[in-house]
Amino acid sequence: MSTTPNKPAAGKKSDQGFVYLPLIAGWLVPGAGHFLLGKWVRGTLLAVSIVAMFVLGLAMQGKLYTSVQDILDMLGVAGDLGSGLLYVVSRVLGLGAQPIQTTVADYGTKFIVVAGLLNIIAAVDAHNLRTGRKS
Amino acid sequence: MFHPSHFAAVLLFSLFASTVFGITMRDTPVRMFRYGAYCFLLFVGSAIVLSWVMLLIAR
Repeated sequence: MSTTPNKPAAGKKSDQGFVYLPLIAGWLVPGAGHFLLGKWVRGTLLAVSIVAMFVLGLAMQGKLYTSVQDILDMLGVAGDLGSGLLYVVSRVLGLGAQPIQTTVADYGTKFIVVAGLLNIIAAVDAHNLRTGRKS
Repeated sequence: MFHPSHFAAVLLFSLFASTVFGITMRDTPVRMFRYGAYCFLLFVGSAIVLSWVMLLIAR
């Protein structure tokens, strides 16, 4: 009796290697998770969008959250940490340390936080591609 | 330093967020583009509508 395979060949490929690598790489460097999976166009668009949002936030004199004084600061730190190495490098370079003095600077702070949150979404998307939940 | 107008900030925010939403929430390129455009219009449209509402409330 002949049998037919239940899974396509692509399913075997997704079983190889460390399954969380695209998730971690995508978190550390925007778009890297998609690059690892060979999704070059998607990765480039994600990287450009997230890095541009983060950099524009800093250019608008937005603030990087550094310490936790209350619950809102904690949410800000969590959002900023979503940017991965962008956040670490910016902290090391002393960027985003000045207090907010203008409305545009407040917008910049939101740009930075949302860039981190979008990066987390992109990293999870890379993980879903890796596990085969998404094509 | 970069000092965009408030509306330019809305456009930039909407463009980047919609790009990520489109890519991550849909499977095919056509559907990604459509969903991204839909999100962009919703972002910008809701900002314009809320701006008019706030203007009318302030009067």
